[in-house]
Amino acid sequence: MLRPSAPVRQALARLTLPVMLLISLGLVLAGRADRHLGAVLRTGLDDALAPLYRAAAAPASAVAQDRGAIGAWFRLHADNLRLTRQNRELRRWRAVALALAAQNEALKSQLHFVPTPTPNFFSARVIADLGGLYARSVLVTIPRNAWRIVNAIAMDGRGVVGRVVQAGSRSARVLLITDLNSRVPVAIGKHGERAIMAGQNTATPRLIYWAPGDPPREGAIVLTSADGGVFPYGLPVGIVHYRGRNDPVVLPFAGMARLRILRLFEYGHDPDSAVASARH
Amino acid sequence: MMDAPEFWRGLDRTARHALPAASIVAVTILLAMPGLIPAQPACRTAFVIASVYFWSLYRPASLPAPVVALLGVLLDLLGASPLGLWAVLLLLEQAAVAPMRRVLVRQSFLMVWLAFTGFAVAISALEWLARAVLDLALLPPGPILAQGLIAILLYPPLAVALIRAHRSAAAPEQA
Repeated sequence: MLRPSAPVRQALARLTLPVMLLISLGLVLAGRADRHLGAVLRTGLDDALAPLYRAAAAPASAVAQDRGAIGAWFRLHADNLRLTRQNRELRRWRAVALALAAQNEALKSQLHFVPTPTPNFFSARVIADLGGLYARSVLVTIPRNAWRIVNAIAMDGRGVVGRVVQAGSRSARVLLITDLNSRVPVAIGKHGERAIMAGQNTATPRLIYWAPGDPPREGAIVLTSADGGVFPYGLPVGIVHYRGRNDPVVLPFAGMARLRILRLFEYGHDPDSAVASARH
Repeated sequence: MMDAPEFWRGLDRTARHALPAASIVAVTILLAMPGLIPAQPACRTAFVIASVYFWSLYRPASLPAPVVALLGVLLDLLGASPLGLWAVLLLLEQAAVAPMRRVLVRQSFLMVWLAFTGFAVAISALEWLARAVLDLALLPPGPILAQGLIAILLYPPLAVALIRAHRSAAAPEQA
């Protein structure tokens, strides 16, 4: 093998750091000039690491949910009581829901209502929490033959969590509604006053651009609105809460702190219409 | 042709050389798993800042500049920082540690920690500035301050573990 002499090798060693620094600076510029580069590399890494995360997530979630025999045994009685109570409550709500559904059907039939299309959906496991200091996003697994899922809406059991912004062949990134770059058009309260819900890197996104004469009311429900064409109308998001004068925020229904399984809904809209609002 | 004992020793030496970088990669990827500890993104970055400082100080040969650059890119891709930002910041950290190495290695632990505090503050300030310039927006400084603080507080317990590794598993001369 060709071995350079000692002084040459020393000079080369001293040069490595500045050269690497220059290359890295070049990378920053390249990433700044072409946002696509970062997205492509990120998707590649996510896809490569997805099987690893999936393998590691199973024992971690087993510990988190304590599926061990002893923990389950101790909580069995308390759980039973809680479930009985919850069941009684749910039965009552079921009756209410059935009555409302019947009434709704009757009203729709009187109005010649055109039903919204039923979305495709599948459940996806959250395998990695890839937020940064100024970013809130999670990585989910997707089946191999998934349809075009960029812009699919992610919900947990209770409410909207975010939107798919980037998808590879077996993993997808979901931009959470709490992210600094997230803007979701929403409809507030019974009359559906329009506003924008803007993530601010905390647990509670802010409401902006509401009509000044008609501020959102404390405790009013926040639903998604179809403005902008990415979200459908009427998915539950959260409720309005005033943190200060003229500073309404949304308390999300979804358990944003511990996302385990998300449902991804595909509403079959035109994927190009939302490119402007996508982050990457 | 290498004989067998020589081959195993070579392998051992390579493994010891690779330990610093491998441990950083492993912990970085591990800390991307959901729901392990609070403030995971900040902890991930803080861990990398502290580790790069430690290994640049005590075993610079095991953490050459190209590896540091790759670690930075990994950090950028896992988190959502601008591509290449952490590669630059970590290389700058290494470049700043290198000339102070001879002085710092002989100091007490407290002095080394104090010096690290300075580095952590400088890196946090630089990160905030760089992000502000790259995103053309004044970002709230809170998260970066928290990250710097975590790095500073993380250093002593981390150093205890790394010093043990430095003297045993990461020492190529013991191979």
